[in-house]
Amino acid sequence: MSNASNTIKIDGVVIPFKEGQTIMDAALAADIYIPHLCHKPGLSPHGSCKLCTVDVNGRCVSSCTMPATEGQEIDNNTPALNEVRKTITQMLFIEGNHLCPSCEKTGDCTLQAIAYHLGMLDGHFSQFYPRREIDASHTSLVLDRDRCIMCELCVRASREVDGKDVFATSGRGINRHLIVHSPSGKLGDSNIERDDLAAHICPVGAILIKGDAYKVPIGQRTFDLHSVAETNLDKIILTKVRHHDA
Amino acid sequence: MTINLKPSTHLLHALHAHQQQHRFISDQAMIDIAAQFNIPRPQVEAVTEFYSFFHRTPRGRFDILFSNCTSCGDLTLMQMLCEKLHIKTGETRADGLISIGETSCIGMCDHGASALINSMTIRSISKSMIEGMAELIESDTKLSDWPQNWFQVDDHIRKKGLLLSNSFEAGSALKSMAGRSGQDLLNDVTSSALKGRGGAGFSTGLKWQFCHEAEHETRYVICNADEGEPGTFKDRILLNSHADVMFEGMTICGRIIGATQGYLYLRGEYRYMLDALETTLQHRRETGLLGKNILHQGFDFDVHIVVGAGAYICGEESALIESLEGKPGIPRIRPPFPVTSGLWGKPTVVNNVETLVAAASIILHGHHWFTTHGTWQSKGSKLLSVSGDCARAGIYEYAFGISVQQVLDDAGAKNVQAVQIGGPSGRLIGADYFEHLIAFEDLATGGSFMIFNESRDLLAVIRNFTHFFAHESCGFCTPCRVGTTLLKKGLDKICDGHGTAHDLDELNRTAALVSRRSHCGLGMTAPNPIRDALKNFHPLFKQRLLHQEMEPEFNLDAALEEARALRNGN
Amino acid sequence: MPKLRVGTTSLGGCFGCHMSFLDMDERIVDLVQHIEFTRSPINDIKHCEPCDIGLIEGALCNADNVHVLKEFRENCKIIIAVGACAINGGVPAMRNHFSLQECLEEAFLDEIGLDNPQIPSDKELPLLLSKVHPIHEVVKVDYYLPGCPPSADAFVKILTDLLEGKEPSLPKEMLHYD
Repeated sequence: MSNASNTIKIDGVVIPFKEGQTIMDAALAADIYIPHLCHKPGLSPHGSCKLCTVDVNGRCVSSCTMPATEGQEIDNNTPALNEVRKTITQMLFIEGNHLCPSCEKTGDCTLQAIAYHLGMLDGHFSQFYPRREIDASHTSLVLDRDRCIMCELCVRASREVDGKDVFATSGRGINRHLIVHSPSGKLGDSNIERDDLAAHICPVGAILIKGDAYKVPIGQRTFDLHSVAETNLDKIILTKVRHHDA
Repeated sequence: MTINLKPSTHLLHALHAHQQQHRFISDQAMIDIAAQFNIPRPQVEAVTEFYSFFHRTPRGRFDILFSNCTSCGDLTLMQMLCEKLHIKTGETRADGLISIGETSCIGMCDHGASALINSMTIRSISKSMIEGMAELIESDTKLSDWPQNWFQVDDHIRKKGLLLSNSFEAGSALKSMAGRSGQDLLNDVTSSALKGRGGAGFSTGLKWQFCHEAEHETRYVICNADEGEPGTFKDRILLNSHADVMFEGMTICGRIIGATQGYLYLRGEYRYMLDALETTLQHRRETGLLGKNILHQGFDFDVHIVVGAGAYICGEESALIESLEGKPGIPRIRPPFPVTSGLWGKPTVVNNVETLVAAASIILHGHHWFTTHGTWQSKGSKLLSVSGDCARAGIYEYAFGISVQQVLDDAGAKNVQAVQIGGPSGRLIGADYFEHLIAFEDLATGGSFMIFNESRDLLAVIRNFTHFFAHESCGFCTPCRVGTTLLKKGLDKICDGHGTAHDLDELNRTAALVSRRSHCGLGMTAPNPIRDALKNFHPLFKQRLLHQEMEPEFNLDAALEEARALRNGN
Repeated sequence: MPKLRVGTTSLGGCFGCHMSFLDMDERIVDLVQHIEFTRSPINDIKHCEPCDIGLIEGALCNADNVHVLKEFRENCKIIIAVGACAINGGVPAMRNHFSLQECLEEAFLDEIGLDNPQIPSDKELPLLLSKVHPIHEVVKVDYYLPGCPPSADAFVKILTDLLEGKEPSLPKEMLHYD
């Protein structure tokens, strides 16, 4: 049920929202970009990456999980908030092994694109250089945990769209990591298939399709041509094998 | 329909039982347990890896976890035992006899250095006891043949107030409900202005009202007995000596909100009390205080106990609910709040042990009995767990509004440098704050009161707390997962004498971000010790700093050690 | 106006950043009107003398890298971390996935076709660090020029900004990590 008075204000711009929408939903519908990594329309919101942190009437909230309610005055694209987001992005970079030049996903990586968007020049903190397990057992997929950012998009895509429950997270704190539902714990023994959404949804280079890595040359990839702040990029990203020919 | 989860069929209990028998959870065990529970194997793996008390590699037949709390831990004793038994911490000896490790505060802060041995609490460990323990372990002596006074935990009640001086006959509060309507009972709770005793201080009456009003056929009552805040042990005393009052509080809540099933979530560190609590429950069932048509008042209620397995975060109510559902204790997104969508999505009240004890007493004595104590915004009394550098550690119950100095005097604390109010997640105050009052409107607290005298290295204390949070962070959100580790590393650098003014600025900046942007209370409060210390004890940091622009993050000499060894080995 | 003195070095890197620097082609003619090179692989001067700007390519892989970096920091008013390796370890940091022993054994003992396999132990060889590190973990870095390598345009932009006395910045389209 919607009515005319259902509005919120983001950086001074009044936008409408429908009952049940989050701040993120309403913003995306109004073509307002709020940086996000763990959110994808159509999957249940997660609220873990915290890049979509905004200040609502002075209080910090995650816009992907906070219901929009009448009267919210939201700070989003402010220098202070973008500085916070840059620091959170740096945290994601240094806790894993994000070595862009050697990553097949470079140019198509949302983490990298957000870092560009926020003007990140360096990791700022000391690198953690964790040693994490790589799983190349699947015939058409690779799981490189070095690049996993714990967004759980694959977990949700597998459960909610593919109906398979292939992925889960385990461990605690800084030792959190992705695990696979199969007798051996290896991807090759799971029932994930190349066409599953979970195989394609990874925003970074943690889940890769074998053989697809360099179909699009570096320099002509999604974020070489687009800014992450373009709010209709999802379709482009998920059909990226085709977009450069278009 | 109420889901009646039997304790015998709880995943945490199955994993505990398996580990007690086999000393670890093997890959095959995870597959078997997953099949038995009809859940995906990754859920079993995730739970096993989330809770500190479960292990994926074999532990010793004697598995000892020494508390590393500043009040109930002494890791020099742990090292001593390790040396005697020729073992390193975290490892299992080759003969499988013994493994030794660390664990977060086990709630024995009034007993001095303590540990868990095969899940049982052994307290007041001294150097001579370490000698004895080493011998008993080497001779493979069963725990039941160890000196039983080592396992004897005392209440140490130093000062009784409103709740503790109240002699309570089992069933008396329930009997007093005869003929009263639910609304009338709720009004009593609301009028008492009782606020949650876990630390957050939400109105108990309102919580019960919201849950009652939430549209659903099924509701639950949960008693949060997961007091994991270092320095807190007051729920231990209530569970040990006032369990009837607590269960009665749960039952009253059940009647008021319309729940028929309650859960007591007992922290794994308090497993030693499980049998006694089950006995109390059984006795209550036999005397008609639990079960069907309680005291012929036309309502049903029962309680099951679920025992945790070493995760501070499960004290957060939504993480506790996740844990009850057999999952890792990761705090949920709020809203919705548990009062509308809690256990299995049903409206749920989660209350602290002390809150429920107070609620039962309020129903018995009326709200005036309660409101005549305390301050204008904080009615009634508060149990404080006093520990650290004082002559008389133990439980002190005061009407709200007592000054910190009065507590220090009563406990016989001298030359006090600082007090940690409400545990590491609370506030660290110095002498200029000692005239402040324990009350929600001044110094709010869940009850931990840790005293540090002038002889303490306060930075070491803050370092201990900062390590605690990094260890206990669930890892769900970026700011807390990465930030608590950054804070730990940054503080380590300063404490080890390698920090510069730049490192201090960095620490401050990271601390601010973690407290503001984290997903739940753990992250929001994890930087408190550092932030308070920077504010109230700044010279401590200054003294430790190097007066230069920059000091490397890593030790160059140490970083070359491996290469040197390889070259020399050639 | 005196020329700005610039030193450059490649630590654990591939000299790709230096190659990219030279990609500025004829623009270097204009640039050398305003700068002169002290220590640099371009002119083979071995030690860093006091200068205005130090451009550091490469990661810290061994004791010599650390020594050279510290010499630059002591002598340069401004240190710029150039390229992925200097900034976060880059490709050399891929060895951090393994222990030093594993790396050396793989390269010098286990590799196929080795004659008289042995781990080099010549005293002249600098000792390797147990892990590769980016340069900001050892010295204070003033500016970062990301890219693998940064484009010649990016070098021109950052140096021009500094010559003009401005705070250096990269336009969005020049910011990339690959």
